[in-house]
Amino acid sequence: MNEAVLLCLIPALPLVGFLLTGLLGKKLGRGLSSWIGTLTVAASFGLALTLFIAHPDGFAASGLGIQLFDWIPAAGLTIAFGLMLDPLSLIMTLVITGIGFLIHLYSIGYMKHDEGAPRFFSFLNLFVFSMLLLVLADNYALMFVGWEGVGLCSYLLIGFWFTKDEYNAAAVKAFVMNRIGDLGFLLGLFVMVATFGSLSFGEVFAKAGAMEAGAPALTLITLMLFVGAVGKSAQIPLYTWLPDAMAGPTPVSALIHAATMVTAGIYMVIRSHVLYDLAPIALTVISVVGLATAIWAGLIALSQRDIKKVLAYSTVSQLGFMFLTLGVGAYSTGYFHVFTHAFFKALLFLAAGSVIHALSGEQDIRKMGGLAKKLPITYITFLVGTLAISGIPPFAGFFSKDAILAAVYARSPLLWGLSIFAAFLTAFYMGRLFILVFHSKDRTTKGVHPHESPWTMTVPLIVLALGSTAAGFLGMPAVFGVPDWMAGFLAPSAGEYAVGLEEGTEWLLMGISTVVVLCGFIFAVLKYGPGKVVPTEDKKTRGPVRWSLRKFRVDEFYDALIVKPLFALSSWLFGTANDRGIDGVVRGTAGLVAWVGGRVRLLQTGNIVFYLFAMTLGVIVIAAVAALG
Amino acid sequence: MNGLHLLPGIILAPFVAALILLFIPSTARNAIRGLALAAASCSLALATLAMFTYDNAAKGLQFVEHVPWLTTFGISLDLGVDGLSLPLVLLTAIILFAGVFVSWKLENRAKEFFTYTLLLVGGVFGVFMSTDLFVLFMFIEIAVIPKYVLISVWGSTRKDYAAMKYTLYLLSGSAIAFIGLFAVYTYVGSPHTGLGYGTFSLAELAKVNFSPEFQKWAFLAMLVGFGVLVPIFPLHRWTPDGHSAAPTTISMLLAGVIMKLGGYAIIRVGLGFFPMGAQYWAPVVAILAAINVIYIAFVALVQKDMKFVVANSSISHMGFVLLGIASMNAVSLSGAAAQMFAHGIMAALFFALVGQVYDKAHTRNIADFGGLAKYMPRTSAAFLVVGLASLGLPGLFNFVPEFTVFAGSIQRFTVITIVSVFSVVVTAIYVLWVYQRVFFGPANERWAGLPDAKGVELVPIVLLGGVLLVLGVWPGPFMDMVSGGIMPIVGRIVSAPMGGIF
Repeated sequence: MNEAVLLCLIPALPLVGFLLTGLLGKKLGRGLSSWIGTLTVAASFGLALTLFIAHPDGFAASGLGIQLFDWIPAAGLTIAFGLMLDPLSLIMTLVITGIGFLIHLYSIGYMKHDEGAPRFFSFLNLFVFSMLLLVLADNYALMFVGWEGVGLCSYLLIGFWFTKDEYNAAAVKAFVMNRIGDLGFLLGLFVMVATFGSLSFGEVFAKAGAMEAGAPALTLITLMLFVGAVGKSAQIPLYTWLPDAMAGPTPVSALIHAATMVTAGIYMVIRSHVLYDLAPIALTVISVVGLATAIWAGLIALSQRDIKKVLAYSTVSQLGFMFLTLGVGAYSTGYFHVFTHAFFKALLFLAAGSVIHALSGEQDIRKMGGLAKKLPITYITFLVGTLAISGIPPFAGFFSKDAILAAVYARSPLLWGLSIFAAFLTAFYMGRLFILVFHSKDRTTKGVHPHESPWTMTVPLIVLALGSTAAGFLGMPAVFGVPDWMAGFLAPSAGEYAVGLEEGTEWLLMGISTVVVLCGFIFAVLKYGPGKVVPTEDKKTRGPVRWSLRKFRVDEFYDALIVKPLFALSSWLFGTANDRGIDGVVRGTAGLVAWVGGRVRLLQTGNIVFYLFAMTLGVIVIAAVAALG
Repeated sequence: MNGLHLLPGIILAPFVAALILLFIPSTARNAIRGLALAAASCSLALATLAMFTYDNAAKGLQFVEHVPWLTTFGISLDLGVDGLSLPLVLLTAIILFAGVFVSWKLENRAKEFFTYTLLLVGGVFGVFMSTDLFVLFMFIEIAVIPKYVLISVWGSTRKDYAAMKYTLYLLSGSAIAFIGLFAVYTYVGSPHTGLGYGTFSLAELAKVNFSPEFQKWAFLAMLVGFGVLVPIFPLHRWTPDGHSAAPTTISMLLAGVIMKLGGYAIIRVGLGFFPMGAQYWAPVVAILAAINVIYIAFVALVQKDMKFVVANSSISHMGFVLLGIASMNAVSLSGAAAQMFAHGIMAALFFALVGQVYDKAHTRNIADFGGLAKYMPRTSAAFLVVGLASLGLPGLFNFVPEFTVFAGSIQRFTVITIVSVFSVVVTAIYVLWVYQRVFFGPANERWAGLPDAKGVELVPIVLLGGVLLVLGVWPGPFMDMVSGGIMPIVGRIVSAPMGGIF
């Protein structure tokens, strides 16, 4: 079949799945809907894989493109509906459909007892479609369609269990905070239209290439686009929605809020690297925001008590790492971490879901412990995830994190020092989480009988664990003497990048980071390991731990500084300004007319003599004016 | 193709039906609503046909009709549509059709209700089709007057106050526009400045070179006079009361098409004949537009009644039309013209859904609700779709005009555009917050018996929602048509440059 047709089918299949399960879900029933939802994504993965096998270079030369139709042909600005496959979007597509398929499969077991399963799978399919649209779009406007689509699905799935007010609030918060980011994205696009007269990647990048580095328009565009990325990828200051988003079913957290959607911001920056290369100020901002987020979220993760919240803050922190890397110009390295992170973070979330499933919905790690023997598969796979995210060789996270640290070191040893601290935090909170859930004393609630999950849930765990072990080999640093496949593959889309460090330095950095990670684990063992008492009840915490536990009170700060004043202003605008102000003026006018009418009425006395007198007076006045004039 | 006499059919269907209704006994309910439906179907079918047979390549006025009328005064019943007005004719037909189904079960004086509704719609058709300024203005009045009766007889929530407020505001606007109209007539009639003979024909008026000074004041008169209809801040205060007090079908028509009369007249007459005046006042219009957009969005945030939220949201969204008008380039004006259509469909569906809930629950107070999604899954799904359209989600049509308006306006009014774009956040907040409080949350026992949308109630949902979806995915031909209608006006703007007031 024509390859362009295959390309169109990749997003089209999940869309069909969405329509089928969404419109006919009730008739199809839970089982059938679940399988339709899962198999459409599997088929998309198959198609993407077919294209990849046929073109192992990922259409590096000129990309595979297809223009379907003119989407918005306004006078003076035409936006096409076109798809494009190049190395970057191909690898994204493989991750979205591949990991997406595993998570769909897992959801079959996870949502088995939920009567909303058809709705769940229809939303999940819609998400996969939107995400594919986002990465396959060949222009910014269409990318924005996918960008908003994934935001909508995120909203719908966070609030999936809509009878709980708390979940709905989390869903609205996620949507609104993303919207604040989208505001930036949109403004970036409008400035782009004004500057380049186009939104298609090819045209914009070609025209930008002819501009001078540091041109104000470019700086403005790139910063605005980054605001969008900050919202979507949960960076400071718009990160607080992501931990709350954990209200959604766990497969959603794994797919949307860990592996794919939240990395859209990073994808977008890499996609726009031609622009960012010409905007050094924007790159500096990105690295600062990324690093600050990596450390800040890491600190909060240290003392969270909800298994999913720890992972959520960990995601925020890892996304920070990725942005930091983009900020130093190492785009393909940043993407490499997106790639490995997709495996181990999806794995960690699904394993956490397996734990929650086993404990009948318990998410508080103070009420877990000693689950290693009861959930052997979950245990082993979670261990793999923990080692991978912390950066223990040879697991996937080691190579990607090492590449990041090397790239950062090459730019600035100071940034490197701070990053290594964030890496230490990762090891500590992951070690803590692992010990408190699987080792330590059994603190589960009485009457709960933990059981290992069904095969549809454990198979994805095993596959993802294998991925988390092996994915790193695709991007080994040059010092190992193996070609860095990832960097080479991405170069046509993400630009060439070489760290340029001496071999000895690279080995040294790797050694240091491994030692730091091990230190993190050792601290975790010392604090929560054998013989340590883990409180099951709320204990008064003090000092920095309290601040970490309370998430630095950022939500409260936003509430007091933004939300409350916003509503107060609205009430004032509505009540005082509208009602008393504008209506007041109108009523005043009406009152004036009535008053004048009332006065004038008094002249109508019916007294002929008075009328004659008035008339005579009038004639005299007119005559006088005429004579004098 | 343009040999087809479609326009008289579209406009006569409602007028003739209204006339026949007078002779039908008020007890014959099926005959009454059947006739209304027949008229609406006829207009919709012909308008759709016109839409598909309009020659997009040839552009310009098509389906032209000429009937001499008051020839002494240079007035004739000239009809014709172009890319700007034809979509609005279709919009009116769609909303009338959906509206008949919304009022399908009306029992209280159905005969009078449909008579007035058809008269009103006939007037609206007349405005969009007239190519004679006087006739256009006359039809605006025909469209406006029945509203008073419709609100005060079939309305709710302070209906008398709202009806009077609406009428006074709109008649004041008309008075001002009328002054402008006669100034134009006099100017044109004068042999020194104009043609030497009085005429209202739009084609004739286009030949006149209005002096910059005259344009300034003529445009202002049009802006204020027709601006009340849009409504433009601070003349917007009739809207929330009027929309909310009106019965559902009438709210749909009010927000769906009556507000568009203002935008249409400003573009057709104001920009078309007084481009220099428009450019002079553009900064003022842009600022007022931004106030419309953002200020009223804030107001919508704190409303307690669902219908007031939607009513205020309409004012906010019409601000995009004004912003597009003020920016006066091809992109922004195409956006403004398309936004009138998009908002019309969206607002009509919004009001239809609020009406569905109100008819069953007998309250619109947001705080009374919660968990309706459990009992009314179809209504709540439709409400979500229209809510998403309202907050500008791509994939639904409203995104397209909003995007084009902003993409055009940022080139002229950067700061004002940035301020206005903030509304995408505020709109998201109020839409989702209302949705959360009404449809989500713990199921409320009080509403356990509410029936979901079914039967005739599904007609407006499928029709209006379908339009939003189809045009959202494939707006191409529609936008082509609108751009074709806008280009001659843009041409006149470009050929008559003029500085702004500040």
